[in-house]
Amino acid sequence: MKLADLVNLLDGTVVTDTSLDDYEVAGAMSADLMSDVLASIRPESVLLTGLCNPQVVRTALIADIRAIVFIRGKNPAQETINIANEENIPLITTNYGLYEASGILYREGLQSYETQTEDDCS
Amino acid sequence: MASKHPVISDKEAEHITRAEELAYELRIQEVMTEDVFCLEPEMKMETALDIFQKEHFSGAPVVKDGHLLGILSIEDLIRALRENNMDVAVQEYMTTNLVTVRKLDPVVEALKTFSQTNFGRLPVMDENGTLVGIITKGDISNGLLRALQRDYHAEELIRYRASHLFEDIVSGRTSLILRYDIRKGDFTHGGNASSNIKRALLRLGATPQVARRCGIAVYEAEMNLIIHTTHGGTLRVEIEPHKITMEAYDDGPGIEDVDQAMRPGYSTATNEVREMGFGAGMGLVNIKRCVDEMRLISSLERGTNLYMIIYLNDDDTNPKTIQ
Repeated sequence: MKLADLVNLLDGTVVTDTSLDDYEVAGAMSADLMSDVLASIRPESVLLTGLCNPQVVRTALIADIRAIVFIRGKNPAQETINIANEENIPLITTNYGLYEASGILYREGLQSYETQTEDDCS
Repeated sequence: MASKHPVISDKEAEHITRAEELAYELRIQEVMTEDVFCLEPEMKMETALDIFQKEHFSGAPVVKDGHLLGILSIEDLIRALRENNMDVAVQEYMTTNLVTVRKLDPVVEALKTFSQTNFGRLPVMDENGTLVGIITKGDISNGLLRALQRDYHAEELIRYRASHLFEDIVSGRTSLILRYDIRKGDFTHGGNASSNIKRALLRLGATPQVARRCGIAVYEAEMNLIIHTTHGGTLRVEIEPHKITMEAYDDGPGIEDVDQAMRPGYSTATNEVREMGFGAGMGLVNIKRCVDEMRLISSLERGTNLYMIIYLNDDDTNPKTIQ
């Protein structure tokens, strides 16, 4: 899915200086726990999250995440935006909640890029 | 010192393109067309025209008993058509003024011959003077393009082997060590060292998969140092051609029960840490998934040492892949 289309679908705002031209994401994952993201997200995804600190951008960098959507109208701190600008990872904000934002993108054909893991919590 | 033959300086040599070099490296037999269709000298010009038209030939050698007698080209056919003389044998119109090249000569010899003559194709002969193929300018361009593409793929391979640096330096055992001091409670810079480690690995030529696995493992370890230590700790990454050893160590407080710490979901993190998206007791589990070997040694007196190893190159020692 083109990132520009994703922004339209979520009535989103791009808060970084990154250009969205020809920027594509292959799938998505929604989570607030960065360890879960690191454990399960496939490369080239967009991450939907309610967490706004710089760790989210660092996680994106480590896990080859292409873009981040902050849900429920949360605005990332300037520091988070600065790192994202440096690393060229677009940050998008939307007023939708995590469930609804994920649902809209899933309905429009953006598949889950979260790999299922075996039962960890024995 | 004056010299009759101009010597190419290093500066001029810089401008020699890879394609020009290849013209010297490639042999004619590597780019020529083999299995050439041959005409017989007694064949009628009319028949040759039919064959040329049907097969889209623009020229063909004329051979009798394995001996090359001449070349018949489209121009020869046009001459015969103008003279309305299509009933005669091919040998009446073929070009017998032959310029040939040898199959083991470099391609540049054929290029020279093309520029010195007006021929569009040259017969290629082996050491015994037997016709083994035909070379055209098109064959040369295609051959050079193919060779350049091979060069490109070879270059890609080298980059992916993470060995540029290591191949250039000869020693009994070469390794590159990166060290990062991690401060206790420094959430602002959390992940900074790991990002730098991942970038370094990619620059050294690690595959994106290996860089990602190392990045995830070392990121979790970095967050552990920030969250759990008394004074912070150190990340140490040793890169060798066949393996990457990552180590996170601190001087306390140590883990009371290592087995318990390894259990998924077990956590001693504070709410503050959980609000950062960490501290859910999945860090060590994640690390274990990403690396080939992991060892956690801890004591309440000396602190904690976490070793993580990822093997490179050999596929059998590298069974785990994180998508």
